Amino acid sequence: MTEILRVEHLCKHFGAIKAVNDVSFTLNKAELLAMIGPNGAGKSTCFNMMMGQLKPTSGSVYLRGENITRMAPRVIWRKGVGRTFQITATYQSMTVVENVQVALMSHNHKIFSIRPYAHKLYRDQALGFLETVGMQDQADRHAAVLAYGDLKRLELAIALCHEPDLLLMDEPTAGMAPKERIALMQLTADIVKDRGISVLFTEHDMDVVFGHAHRIMVLNRGELIAEGTASEIRNNAYVQQVYLGGGQLYKKSEEGHVNA
Amino acid sequence: MLELTSINSFYGKAHVLSNLDLSVERSEIVSLLGRNGAGKSTTMKSIMQIVVPKTGKVTFLGKDITGMSSHRVAKMGLGYVPEDRRIFTDLTVLENLEVGRQPSREGTVTWTFDMLFDMFPNLAERRQNRGKELSGGEQQMLTIARTLMGNPSLILLDEPSEGISPLLVETMAKVILQLKSEGLTVLISEQNLHFAQLVADKAIIIESGTGKYTGSFDDLNAKPEIRDAYLTV
Amino acid sequence: MGLFIAQLLTGLANAGALFMVASGLSLIFGVTRIVNFAHGSFYMLGAFIGYSLLQVLPGMVGFWVAMLLAAIAVGVIGVIVELLVLRPIYRAPELFQLVATFGVILVIQDLALMIWGAEDMLGPRAPGLKGIVRIMGEPVPTYDIALIVITPFVALALWYLITKTRVGILVRAATQDREMVSALGVNQSWLFTGVFFLGAALAGLGGAIQLPKGGADLLMDFNILASIFVVVVIGGMGSLPGAYLAAVLISVLNVFGVTYIPQSTLVLMFVVMAVVLMIKPYGLFGREEVAGEHGQVGEVERPFKPAGLNARLIVAAFLLVLALVPLYGSAFSMVLITDIVIFCLFAASLHFLLGIGGLVSFGHAAFFGGGAYVAALIVTYSDTPMEFALMLAPIGAAMAAVIIGWLCIRLTGVYFAMLTMAFAQLLWSLVYQWGEFTGGDDGLLNIWPSDWLNDTTVYYFLTLIIGVGGILLLRHAAHSPFGYGLRAARDSARQAEAMGIHTKRVQWVAFTFAGAMAGVAGGLFVFSKGSIFPSELEIARSFDALIVVFLGGVKTLSGGVVGGAVLETIKDFLTRFEYWRMTLGLLIIGVVILAPDGIVGSLRKASERLGITKRPEGEV
Repeated sequence: MTEILRVEHLCKHFGAIKAVNDVSFTLNKAELLAMIGPNGAGKSTCFNMMMGQLKPTSGSVYLRGENITRMAPRVIWRKGVGRTFQITATYQSMTVVENVQVALMSHNHKIFSIRPYAHKLYRDQALGFLETVGMQDQADRHAAVLAYGDLKRLELAIALCHEPDLLLMDEPTAGMAPKERIALMQLTADIVKDRGISVLFTEHDMDVVFGHAHRIMVLNRGELIAEGTASEIRNNAYVQQVYLGGGQLYKKSEEGHVNA
Repeated sequence: MLELTSINSFYGKAHVLSNLDLSVERSEIVSLLGRNGAGKSTTMKSIMQIVVPKTGKVTFLGKDITGMSSHRVAKMGLGYVPEDRRIFTDLTVLENLEVGRQPSREGTVTWTFDMLFDMFPNLAERRQNRGKELSGGEQQMLTIARTLMGNPSLILLDEPSEGISPLLVETMAKVILQLKSEGLTVLISEQNLHFAQLVADKAIIIESGTGKYTGSFDDLNAKPEIRDAYLTV
Repeated sequence: MGLFIAQLLTGLANAGALFMVASGLSLIFGVTRIVNFAHGSFYMLGAFIGYSLLQVLPGMVGFWVAMLLAAIAVGVIGVIVELLVLRPIYRAPELFQLVATFGVILVIQDLALMIWGAEDMLGPRAPGLKGIVRIMGEPVPTYDIALIVITPFVALALWYLITKTRVGILVRAATQDREMVSALGVNQSWLFTGVFFLGAALAGLGGAIQLPKGGADLLMDFNILASIFVVVVIGGMGSLPGAYLAAVLISVLNVFGVTYIPQSTLVLMFVVMAVVLMIKPYGLFGREEVAGEHGQVGEVERPFKPAGLNARLIVAAFLLVLALVPLYGSAFSMVLITDIVIFCLFAASLHFLLGIGGLVSFGHAAFFGGGAYVAALIVTYSDTPMEFALMLAPIGAAMAAVIIGWLCIRLTGVYFAMLTMAFAQLLWSLVYQWGEFTGGDDGLLNIWPSDWLNDTTVYYFLTLIIGVGGILLLRHAAHSPFGYGLRAARDSARQAEAMGIHTKRVQWVAFTFAGAMAGVAGGLFVFSKGSIFPSELEIARSFDALIVVFLGGVKTLSGGVVGGAVLETIKDFLTRFEYWRMTLGLLIIGVVILAPDGIVGSLRKASERLGITKRPEGEV
């Protein structure tokens, strides 16, 4: 197995608060790795450090063996890391396809170009990526009027634009209906398989996590408390105590899932 | 107690609610179900008159409140807990509660700081902490506590289980049941059918801003075609 | 040593009025998110009303009663402004409200002129405090000592109100999320009105209390505006201790400046601010302002495409009409159109920055006036041909924009806006105070074009070609990948950075580009007038462009140009009347209230409503 991402002893302290404390893990090629944990456990902080939005207090992040700690987000992106956001971030004043075109312009170093008309640039290529996520028929709609689930898919198309090796997805299915969640994660799993991309994602929906992740990490109060397969995590007493609870809800929803 | 009659609401430019009817009886827990974008949050906001319905009528305690300003609606005893927490991050827990404080009201519990701290022990420890220093779960609880300070007789909970850990979702369910036992009427909006089922007496399903189903959960479970049509994609 | 202490005390005393006005501005901004440009006008009104009250209220008690009454009167005026002008537009796009407050400035200027006349008034000295105290041998006015004592009490009272009382808690809560406050049963309209009363009253008190040290005149409003913005920015938006500290810092520095480096008093203040912001970008006690907080409304811009054939033909036909003006129009009409085209280019350059880039600059005149001065100085001091000087105007403006942009782009929102204004003021004060080089207030004269261009008709064509060319270039840039990158940075800097776009660099280049285009306009301007004065660098000039962009429609591509043409034409007509400012002010307020989408935006909506053009999906 080829290692894509390695995180070593990552720490982030805000004053006396240890938001992330000594987190280490690795992510292999074409692996779908989930990071779960209570609110405030440090998942987003971890993500933001890996993607360069936040500078770690200590520790390192390696991408294909190269130390990318403390690099700016845009530099990390150019090294082949894509990301989607917990709260969707798209260009609301543009059409769907233009959103993707901007990413392609950036990928091809055309952002400072003033000569060509932008709306014609890389349009066909952009439509291709929209097709991957099933959005091609909405290409010319105004991004501001999209449904939430479609925005999430648009973000995924944008993140795929520069053929990344690694995709970081922060709560990719938050705010979606159950079946929409499954569909999006299925799509992601297909992309992982077809393109050999590695994915690290955070999630609160246990159906999504147990149903799709190859491996699961549990974060609590900034520390990694467990790591393993779905059944290992589900049966871990400590994880149940701090995160999963009595299981009343997710077990129910699991049955519901089977019925539906 | 609360009644919406053929409500049409627009959010910005989009027609979100069309001819929505809905009613909530006293001491009932009603769950508004529907997928994302079905209009649940807009329904809540239309009740609070944060989004003023273009046509239709909202009556609360027998009084037409359509077009009234939000603060007057709140003063009548409607409590609103928004979906995205929206606590005042620079204010302390106590100050957050103070913003919500209203005079006591006939026919409903008068909440005090102490009662709320009993209900949310975590908040008691952190009363002098600023909102931004709280964890996500504590913030969620603070939003509810802050609304209770207004001594509402009906409380609107917008997606209380969204984005919190399964453990906290269980706590949330307990809190909602406790509110019911205090005699409050609750309208919650949910995407999670199982959570809704755990706490609510009645289900209302909306889709594209129109009511599609009203009735009990048992009945709903007996009609999987409705359940699957509107609660999943 | 004695002199040192005496000066320190004078500085502390001067800080009093400054603190009161600045804290009022800060308070109003905190809750309503409105940068109240009319705050200087409230200060001026405080001085005038205080002056009038002192004529009828004698004695020591009378004096202090007059101070208080002046504050209350101005507070009431503030409430009237809030109720009549601002309340109808709280739901309009955020920065549109600025324009309305600018309209208020114009109205109050003419009202003050009507009531108190054009003469400056010398403030009477405070009864009972007319004497001086000797401190280490140096005379210090007793009134100064009184001010030094009073100010901390006012500050303390304010601090107590904000941090300890229920009202204060509500105000702070509303600062963050006014919609939520309202949903919790608090009448936010009255909270707003109350805050406006307090803020305006503080400005009025500041104006009245400085009477014995200064006086009342019609220029006070703009004169203090820059200072209070500087104080608020240095102290940090919304911070009372910050405002106090910054007021003291600026006032003390000013007093020492007058003694030791008298030519640079005005510049000094802005240099201090630049230094502070380089170390602490959000002021001494401020925090980053997060844009797009709850309770803010404003429609999303629509996608746009380059104009279709029909639109291009219409524009071409219109340009043809303009090109043929020399055949049928008078010389006067050519001069007027020259003015309008120059102003449209200036406005279009700001529109590019503001509309496409989302960068609200309050100091765009720096580049218009800057370009004009570069050309004028080069012609004055070297035998440079006019053609070459005209080319240097945008280059000079671009160089200024590179430096100012580098310093400002790091900040966002209001801080960015305030900082750009401060740098524009810095340039203005340099030009104003460095008289032997720039001609100071007397300006630079006899800057005429080369002989072959020195003819109304020929210059008309030159302006038309360069001006329209510049506008089209700006427009094309909006459709280019660079324009898209700029919009991406505006719509979601988070996403843009995560897709490899260096957003700050994109914005910096845009700032420079817009500055250069304003410089082109400035160059054309100076040779069309034959002279240049510091007023072309003033705040008022920056505001002219700002207003035009808002009135034309920020969220439309042609808003800047159309707004520029309309306003310049109206102004040309109105300035023939005595009270033209008031008329213009009322007109501006009227447009803001009645047509919040701006002229172009409202026309577009009207045509959609009538079914002439297609309405975009999802809109009703």
